[in-house]
Amino acid sequence: MSVTTALPPLVEFRNLYAEMVTFDGVVKVLNGINLTIQKGDLIGLVGETGCGKSVTAMSIPQLVPQPPARYTQGEVWFRGENMLEKSGEALRQIRAKHIGVVFQDPMTGLNPVFTIEQQMVDSILCREDALGSTGFPQGLLPVNRRKRQAASDRAISLLKRVGVPEAEKRIHAYPHEFSGGMRQRVLIAMAIAGRPDLLIADEPTTALDVSVQAQILRLIAELVREIDLTVLLITHNIGLVAQLCNRIAVMYAGNVIEVGPARSILTAPKHPYTRGLLQAIPTAETARGTLKGVPGMVPGLIHPPSGCRFHTRCAFAQPRCKISQPPLLTTGDGHQTACVLYDSVGVPDEKHGQLV
Amino acid sequence: MKLARFLVKRLLLIPIILLGLSLITFGISHVIPGDPVKLAAGPQARPDQIIKLTQEYGLDRPLPEQYVRYISNLFQGNWGYSISNKRDVFHDLVTYFTATLELTLVSTLIGLVVGIPLAIISARWRDRWPDHAARFVSIGAVSVPVFWIAIILQIVLAQNLHWLPVSGRFDPRANYPTTHTGLLLIDTLLAGNIPAFFTALRYIIMPAFCQSLLVIALITRQLRGDLLDILRKDFVLVARANGIPERRIWTRYLMKNALIATISQLGFLIGFQLGGAVLIEYVLDWPGIGQYALKAALLLDFQPIMGATLFVGFIVVIVNLMTDVVYRLVDPRIGFA
Amino acid sequence: MSLNPLSEIPSTSSAPPLLVTNSEPQNRLTRWLKDHASQLSDIRRGLFRFSRNRLSMIGVVIVLLGLLIAITAPLWVPYPDDVTGSVNMSIRLHPPSADHLFGTDDAGRDVFSRTIMATRISFEVGVIILLVAITVGVFLGAIAGYFGGWINQVIMRFTDIMLTFPGIFLALAISAALGRGVLNATLALSVTWWPGYCRLVEAQMLKMKEEDFVAGARALGAGNLRIIFRHILPNLLTAIIVKASMDFGFAVLNLAALGFIGVGVLPPEPDWGSMIAAGRRFIPISWWYSTFPGLFMFITVLGFNLLGDGLRDLLDPNATVR
Repeated sequence: MSVTTALPPLVEFRNLYAEMVTFDGVVKVLNGINLTIQKGDLIGLVGETGCGKSVTAMSIPQLVPQPPARYTQGEVWFRGENMLEKSGEALRQIRAKHIGVVFQDPMTGLNPVFTIEQQMVDSILCREDALGSTGFPQGLLPVNRRKRQAASDRAISLLKRVGVPEAEKRIHAYPHEFSGGMRQRVLIAMAIAGRPDLLIADEPTTALDVSVQAQILRLIAELVREIDLTVLLITHNIGLVAQLCNRIAVMYAGNVIEVGPARSILTAPKHPYTRGLLQAIPTAETARGTLKGVPGMVPGLIHPPSGCRFHTRCAFAQPRCKISQPPLLTTGDGHQTACVLYDSVGVPDEKHGQLV
Repeated sequence: MKLARFLVKRLLLIPIILLGLSLITFGISHVIPGDPVKLAAGPQARPDQIIKLTQEYGLDRPLPEQYVRYISNLFQGNWGYSISNKRDVFHDLVTYFTATLELTLVSTLIGLVVGIPLAIISARWRDRWPDHAARFVSIGAVSVPVFWIAIILQIVLAQNLHWLPVSGRFDPRANYPTTHTGLLLIDTLLAGNIPAFFTALRYIIMPAFCQSLLVIALITRQLRGDLLDILRKDFVLVARANGIPERRIWTRYLMKNALIATISQLGFLIGFQLGGAVLIEYVLDWPGIGQYALKAALLLDFQPIMGATLFVGFIVVIVNLMTDVVYRLVDPRIGFA
Repeated sequence: MSLNPLSEIPSTSSAPPLLVTNSEPQNRLTRWLKDHASQLSDIRRGLFRFSRNRLSMIGVVIVLLGLLIAITAPLWVPYPDDVTGSVNMSIRLHPPSADHLFGTDDAGRDVFSRTIMATRISFEVGVIILLVAITVGVFLGAIAGYFGGWINQVIMRFTDIMLTFPGIFLALAISAALGRGVLNATLALSVTWWPGYCRLVEAQMLKMKEEDFVAGARALGAGNLRIIFRHILPNLLTAIIVKASMDFGFAVLNLAALGFIGVGVLPPEPDWGSMIAAGRRFIPISWWYSTFPGLFMFITVLGFNLLGDGLRDLLDPNATVR
């Protein structure tokens, strides 16, 4: 928990455990996630593929399909409510009004047989409850036609805001007439249409060209200021978070292993994994032939390592690392690390309990 | 404009395909053992009649010349002459075709009305018992021997329960309604002849139902697969994330996407039914092209068979073209290149 | 605790090994199993998923029963003479009884025996039809797809023309032209079936021939024919099998339809279609004559279609995956 503010956090993960049932076995994808997000944060969630970043983030709007997945322990608190207990209409309302999500692949995120206008108007109307819970727009009464027109206008202004040129004309086009970068802008527009409290961006620029990436990121940063948006940015690209985020959370194999202010993490990483990760980024000064990585491979999560899941690759592993996953320990101002190395240095976080 | 160019390009292809078809029919009629003249003239012909016919049909001329004659005859509407019922083949084909068309339209309608809900149920409750039941029905529908089920229905519904007439297209005792379109259901409505409308309806139900089994099966299978495919697509996830109600996702998003994919299947089915209703028409005495061709085949009455084959081929080509156009009109991703 | 705690860390690989390999593989079998481990586990997974599908399992049961019946029928059929047409007018048109499960027909023959033997003939013919159709269709499709150009145009246009004829029609026309009998019916049906396979293979071939493994094989010096048959076609095997399993039921149905009309299997050979047709005259009183063969045929075809549908769900890479 950050010590710089006493406001209740917008999002709080408390000891969240989740599993996924697959044919090969039960994947223990989340191993006790503890994380808080304050209003106004632009927090980057980084980690390698498969570490559980998406599952964690998508647990907030409950978009993780529950037949293969199940939550076995813990809670996800959003605006003071436990999202795990939400379903049906209540869940839909929260998704519509308070959360916006932007996904990775803009090429498939839009329905190809409807125009942009139709899809955006749908988005807008359902946020204003004009669609109601049954989803039927209550007929074509003049009242509703007016609402549709208003929604259409709002859609155009949203598109202008996200930087789609000639919005009035292009809104009647079909998705396949737009480039990837433009489609992602449209998707962002749809996500923020309801002025949500939280925007979750799951690798929003991975599928785009580098030049377009910068534009999209700048757009997100501007939106944060303009509409008071809190952003949870998921990525495996540390360079991105370095530019954009004020806080960084590092995940490994289902755990948040380090979290704190961006500057602090980037300049003084504490966890051995974080250190290895940052070392692995080649810079202009890296001598040729000296690329370093983190030795070993990410473990499979059907039979994960006992105790600290990183201990099999850790140069500083100790016997007790095999026994239990260390909790997040405070190691600085707003900076926490889940490693026994900081046991004596740091103060165990009482709120999150003792060693399991 | 693009549509017009597209149509023109495709229409130009048609004669080529028809040429191919005609080559096949021409080839068949000259490959079969036996004297084609004797076949055309029938078993009762006298030798001098045969000689005369041979000259008349030009069968003593070289083959290419015969083929040219054949083609030019076709264009003039001379498709031959049926021995068994002493009528012009072309005229018969057109008359009988409207009956088959009506049957096809009604059966397709039934197929859609039953098949689409079945597919939706199947996709919505995937792998639970409604899905299994729906799939069982759909696979059962396609496994049923159509001529057998027609007979069974005749026994049960017509002869035992007297709910429906046994066979035929209209009550032979009543006045046959005047025809404008050739489609009885429409003609009777147009004339305001409501009792006749219901009579025609009663007669068409059984054959249309038997015919629709195939439609139901194929539509259900196709649509179910498409719906499941679409459910996995990203834009559905995006819609859910944006808070769009589940029911709207089903009624608007999924349906439009899935139905587009179903169009080409539908086109195939219509074309298939127009040419393949042979058995049902035979068993239930529906006076359509299938029955016409079948009777001619059994009597080895050659001109009608060839004429019908060519005609059906032509119809299928047209239906395919229409399907293609509709598909391109509806799916915004595909243009008329 | 030893000095280096890391030495006690258990294996962290995600899949338990299929075999314990401590030293050299013992013989060719174990080596083959090891090489194909991933494919074997795919098959295991597939079989497991298949067995969960209740409908497919019903199909499998029916098909196995059907095959069993078809193969062993001559051994246990109750009235073998009736099958080939002995006449026994004294017991004609008897309703179903303990002696004659399905009753007797108008020549006093046991309908049950004839129905069973009809299974055999139908299966034989069905297999032949499919084999011929697949051989011709795959061959033409492979050539058309692989060589492209005018070869492709000629073959595919021809296929298109063949496909514009609804199957029954063409089979009818050919049967009428060539005469009745099971041989001609088989030929006619094969002719109507191969275009489907030709088109399937051609489409796949067009996609596959651009794949890297083809270029690799060519670089290693493989000739065209070898590439087609040894490298590309095995990949198409699953698609062909799926289509064949779904087509078999229809082939049987069509054969019966031709028999019904009178241009297929000729009496006194037992055939579902011709039996149903013959029985029509005696409806509704002697209903068993037409009903039972049809019912039997229905269930058999149903089994094949259920099986085929399950296979398609399983094997077709284009179909939906769980």
